[in-house]
Amino acid sequence: MDITVNILLTIATAATPLLIAAIGELVVERSGVLNLGVEGMMIMGAVGGFGAGYLTGSPWIGLLAAIIVGALFSLLFAVMTLSLATNQVATGLSLTLLGLGLSGMIGTSFVGQPGVRLPNLDIPGLSSIPVVGRLIFGQDPLFYISIALTAAVMWFLFKTRTGLTLRSIGDSHSSAHALGIKVIRYRYLAVIFGGACAGLAGGHLSLVYTPQWVENMSAGRGWIALALVVFASWRPWRVLAGAYIFGAVWIGQLHAQAFGIPVPSQFLSSLPYLATIVVLVLISRNKRLTMMNTPASLGQPFVPDR
Amino acid sequence: MSANHDRANLLEVRGLTKIFGTLTACDHIDLNIAKGEIHALLGENGAGKSTLVKMLFGSLEPNSGEIFWDGKAVNITSPGVAKRLGIGMVFQHFSLFEALTAAENIALSLNDGSPISTIAAKARALSYSYGLPLDPESLVGDLSVGERQRIEIIRCLLQTPQLIILDEPTSVLTPQEADKLFETLERLRAEGKSILYISHRLEEVKRICDRATVLRHGKVVGHCNPRQETAASLARMMVGNEVKAVVRAPAEGIETAPALLEIRGLTRKPATPFAIPLKNVNLNVRAGEVIGIAGVAGNGQGEFFEAVSGEVLQQDAGSVRIRGKDAGALSITGRRLMGAAFVPEERLGHGAAPRMKLSENLLLSRHATDGKSFVGSGGMVKNASVYSAAQRIITAMDVRKSAPDPEAAALSGGNLQKFIVGRELDRKPSVMVVNQPTWGVDAGAAAHIRQALIELARSGSAVLVISQDLDELFELSDAIAVMHNGELSAPLPIAEATFEKIGLLMGGAEPGHAEHTMETA
Repeated sequence: MDITVNILLTIATAATPLLIAAIGELVVERSGVLNLGVEGMMIMGAVGGFGAGYLTGSPWIGLLAAIIVGALFSLLFAVMTLSLATNQVATGLSLTLLGLGLSGMIGTSFVGQPGVRLPNLDIPGLSSIPVVGRLIFGQDPLFYISIALTAAVMWFLFKTRTGLTLRSIGDSHSSAHALGIKVIRYRYLAVIFGGACAGLAGGHLSLVYTPQWVENMSAGRGWIALALVVFASWRPWRVLAGAYIFGAVWIGQLHAQAFGIPVPSQFLSSLPYLATIVVLVLISRNKRLTMMNTPASLGQPFVPDR
Repeated sequence: MSANHDRANLLEVRGLTKIFGTLTACDHIDLNIAKGEIHALLGENGAGKSTLVKMLFGSLEPNSGEIFWDGKAVNITSPGVAKRLGIGMVFQHFSLFEALTAAENIALSLNDGSPISTIAAKARALSYSYGLPLDPESLVGDLSVGERQRIEIIRCLLQTPQLIILDEPTSVLTPQEADKLFETLERLRAEGKSILYISHRLEEVKRICDRATVLRHGKVVGHCNPRQETAASLARMMVGNEVKAVVRAPAEGIETAPALLEIRGLTRKPATPFAIPLKNVNLNVRAGEVIGIAGVAGNGQGEFFEAVSGEVLQQDAGSVRIRGKDAGALSITGRRLMGAAFVPEERLGHGAAPRMKLSENLLLSRHATDGKSFVGSGGMVKNASVYSAAQRIITAMDVRKSAPDPEAAALSGGNLQKFIVGRELDRKPSVMVVNQPTWGVDAGAAAHIRQALIELARSGSAVLVISQDLDELFELSDAIAVMHNGELSAPLPIAEATFEKIGLLMGGAEPGHAEHTMETA
């Protein structure tokens, strides 16, 4: 029983950073901006979070720093693509490369240092209930934040007027401009929100998952988050499902490898990717719904003609 | 006419100028709109109407000139400012969001906090009271152009503007729908609202407009009272010379001519919950004739065009036959190779790739049929021959443009339409199917396109024209069939067809039988 609970807990820990980063990117892409710099913003969040936590001794300050660093780093992307109308794909890719290099340089003195870890939730009585106690009341704070964030983004996008406006910009920025909507301002805010989320996801890596600093510790999670958004056809609950499928198969194949199952480990390592893609493709068979949810102006620079 | 400087002017424009590069799109435009008048803005494509209107609505910034609103100088820096002043706009190229519902589209332009359901109810009530029924829950992507225009109009009316700018509002409406719109406009005028009405349809300008301002090549060439003018004199002011009337030579011997396009029992299930199913559509188009298909927007014309052109393949290969051979299972390219040509309804995004040059758009549609002349050995594109073919089409159709080989999106609607139709005509296809050939195209260009289609038919091709413009169908068709709710009536020879008979069929009189009952009646 304990093993099952432990496995479920590790799945949640593996899925949480993916979910947070992907939900942030979902908002960005819903506004019609494609930011391929998630990996870079994430690793900057990780190094910023670790550094602030290490220097102050407070994991909470570390977490706050991760968010701020991610948001500031995304601001660079926003200025380039939104104000200067550079190519979003190229700018996003260079943001990732810059983030990976810069974080390595900043983090040289942090390598091998003991970090601080965000404590798990511990509610006396409730958290010690067998099985469900730890699953529901005993996880790290970011687990709860990630679930709340998904619900909040869902509510924001589909129930509020501002969310509707954001989606309309993603559908057609020129129509939105013709209605007098401030396209660039909305996109700035969306990109910064996405950066804050990616930074938070990075903070999870260096303050919860493995509380230490290792170069390139994001290990491609930013790219997985990007893929999740597309395969989830830009819908929040599907991003959540995708993140958890990925996390589950990831942990499952690690255990399978540990058991020594006679299957090449390379194949097992690729399983999480395959399983996530297959499941998300299967649930997005409805072309109509996909059409409704795909931001039609995704990746196109917007320059209002004056 | 002397300048009207009295106090009742709602909007006054003095010396408004807009320059794009070397082109002066608007050159010192003066315009006065009084309270409670319907003011027409006339001009050919490229005369500067859209540029002027965009400056009034704040989406373009003038280089010089002044705008006075209610006697006060104003600086309309954005559409938001225009809306706050009380200017509402119904766009020609719709500014709607396809992935959102009609109600959500309306809510986006209202800026008040009321919930979507309230707005949907208001929109539904208003749309029915003005006779422009609208389902607020429907997804815009599923709607026809006519239905989309209703959303634009309702959206504008819900903002209760003082000045309403309508850009080509009736181009996609049936005569009955247009009548209802005119009633609406007259009601608004009676309420003291002003309307700036842009149209190419001179008859309706004469009918409802109090004053007119005519633009040509970016300059005001005259103000007039359209009621005291004739359609011909208005056209002369717009174009600068006489518009040639379309000549339809009598079709000879078409009774015995072979059917080049045959539709046999064409049936299609609805592809989306909002699409119209096609029910056993039968039609023959013979060599030498033009058949017109009339119908209210959204009665299956789009679905029919998709099935005939090969955008959607048919299970029954015999349901579409081109030059005597089954073509229902062939792709668009396969059908083109059999000698057919197709012009879809939407110019931008469907008929042409907006950000590609005209020559590239030409290659996209004709690389298979003109493989020998456009593509050389090893699959290399012969750019020079594609370019010269594009120039040939541009000359033949009199396409006006700002660069030798501009992007499709840089052309005005009418000029792009001329190019897209010309691109197919240039091949001398034996079967030509056109959906809405002159939507939003001015009188001169429309006459050019219509004449070219008639001449193609008289040279021995079969021409099928789907249109919501009845005047157009009467001008160019040898027989008119009507599509209603996915069913097609038998074609009515033009000699027997009247607006009334066609209108009845459009309203849903029993297809295929209506003309017989009328003949005996």
